[in-house]
Amino acid sequence: MGVDLAGLRLVNPTMLASGILGYSVETLEGVVKAGAGAVVTKSVSAKPRKGYANPTIVQANCGLINAVGLPNPGIEEFAKEIRSAKNALDVPLVISVFGFSTEEYASVARKAVSAGADGVELNVSCPHVKNTGSEIGQNAKILTQVIRKVKACVDKPVIVKLSPNVTSMSDIADAAVRAGANALTVMNTVKAIAIDVETTMPILANRVGGLSGAAVKPIALRHVYDVYDQVDIPIVGCGGIADWRDAVEFLLAGASAVQIGTAIAAEGLNVFKEVTRGIGTYLKKKGLRSVSEIVGLSHRR
Amino acid sequence: MKSLACHIDANHVRTKPIVRIEAESPTVKTFILRDKQCARAKPGQFLMLWIPGVDEVPLSIMDAKEDGTVAVSVKAVGEATRALHQKRTGETVGVRGPFGNSFVMRGQKILVVGGGTGIAPLMFLTRKLVSNAVSTTFVLGAQTRDELLFKSDLEKLGTKRVRLLTSTEDGSCGLTGLCTEPLEQMLTEEKFDMIYACGPEQMILRVFELAENQRVNVQASLERLMRCAIGLCGSCVIGKYRVCADGPVFTSRQLREVRNEFGLSKRDRYGKRVPLD
Repeated sequence: MGVDLAGLRLVNPTMLASGILGYSVETLEGVVKAGAGAVVTKSVSAKPRKGYANPTIVQANCGLINAVGLPNPGIEEFAKEIRSAKNALDVPLVISVFGFSTEEYASVARKAVSAGADGVELNVSCPHVKNTGSEIGQNAKILTQVIRKVKACVDKPVIVKLSPNVTSMSDIADAAVRAGANALTVMNTVKAIAIDVETTMPILANRVGGLSGAAVKPIALRHVYDVYDQVDIPIVGCGGIADWRDAVEFLLAGASAVQIGTAIAAEGLNVFKEVTRGIGTYLKKKGLRSVSEIVGLSHRR
Repeated sequence: MKSLACHIDANHVRTKPIVRIEAESPTVKTFILRDKQCARAKPGQFLMLWIPGVDEVPLSIMDAKEDGTVAVSVKAVGEATRALHQKRTGETVGVRGPFGNSFVMRGQKILVVGGGTGIAPLMFLTRKLVSNAVSTTFVLGAQTRDELLFKSDLEKLGTKRVRLLTSTEDGSCGLTGLCTEPLEQMLTEEKFDMIYACGPEQMILRVFELAENQRVNVQASLERLMRCAIGLCGSCVIGKYRVCADGPVFTSRQLREVRNEFGLSKRDRYGKRVPLD
């Protein structure tokens, strides 16, 4: 069930998606115990951030819309958590990183790696915070600068998490690869809004947020499928994965691993174990020995 | 096909008019809403109340009835709760939930210890205990007489059913001091099957320590900063537990596991561990 992701050795292809749990060593340990093959922490910035007022999350018909606002204690404080997590966890520890400038991305990534991160995932795709996230990842030129600068500072795998809120994800993926990205996470949430008819108000305090869950799965799957045709680096599928069948679809589309987040709310942390077990059963049924054998299989004509 | 994994029915926001408001003390009001889903809540569960344009806050459910109403008792302490206190009957708020686990009712001789607004979920529990004819002793604490919540409601349940002990820090009603002070003696003299506690966390910690000495099991409801309320965002973690999804009610065994945070620290809005107030 093991997979190699740009040099990271995963015992199974499931990963905790960024933004979910991931503040503390204890919760990450719980996620690993529940079966995740790797964990991505909450996104961390140079300075502490409070996040937005509630409501920060709202239920849509087939998913969740969130605008939590990237709360985090800042890399100086979080480095302590990384150091102890490094000792406590026996799976790759990926730190999600964001900044408000090229320099901030680079310095947070460098500090994360020197504290013990096995890799970093650049959050260039959060749809609800100004001057960072998708505002970086929507612009190929700025994105290139950020990735180059980070790559120059760290000697660990750099994963770039892409935004679906772009005209052409292909162009952006292409720019990320040229700039030196070691892997791509496809995709972050889709920019969305929920409005309450009684009060006539947007429900989220930030008004707009990002949609995740089953509603976005076919969109994420298509993006993985398209990006796979175009790049030679591994892809991590992310968007609405809740069971083994979803996960296998992403692997067939071209993902080497999958991230799970929203599904934890309804399925519990055991979703990791169940997805892994289901993929194993599927492989056996198909007479295959490793996960890598089905990666991109749907592209055969 | 299995149900959509992302879909949690209770998590949809329902906007509702406030049906009734009752003053419980100079600083605490009870707000009653009509909401089918929350009306089915169990003692110990909580809901998220949206004050449109202001904030959304987690609140313990104080009562839930077959007539489809749910009640929360709220102290005006911050921006959100002060804004809620300004609301009048008929004005609209949003509600999602109920969330979290609930008190497990076990045993025939029960001790309930509540301080401040922590009494709210215990009030809900006590009504159920009484209807199950369980012998209940309720130790009710507050800073001063005016803030002793639900004293008359508890008295109305009948002294045969609920033995009530009150304590105030200023001595204006009942025993003088913290409500945990009479416990030590009570626990040595009587054997309780279970202790239910809610209130300031230092109070709960003291109850837990005394109960540990006498080997009595505790179920305590804890409070932490909450955002998503469905176990995703990690804002409310204590040790390996998420208060919203694994709690808010924790057993003695679980409390032992989080001893290095319980009664000592919480996570602030930045996710940083900070000392409890």
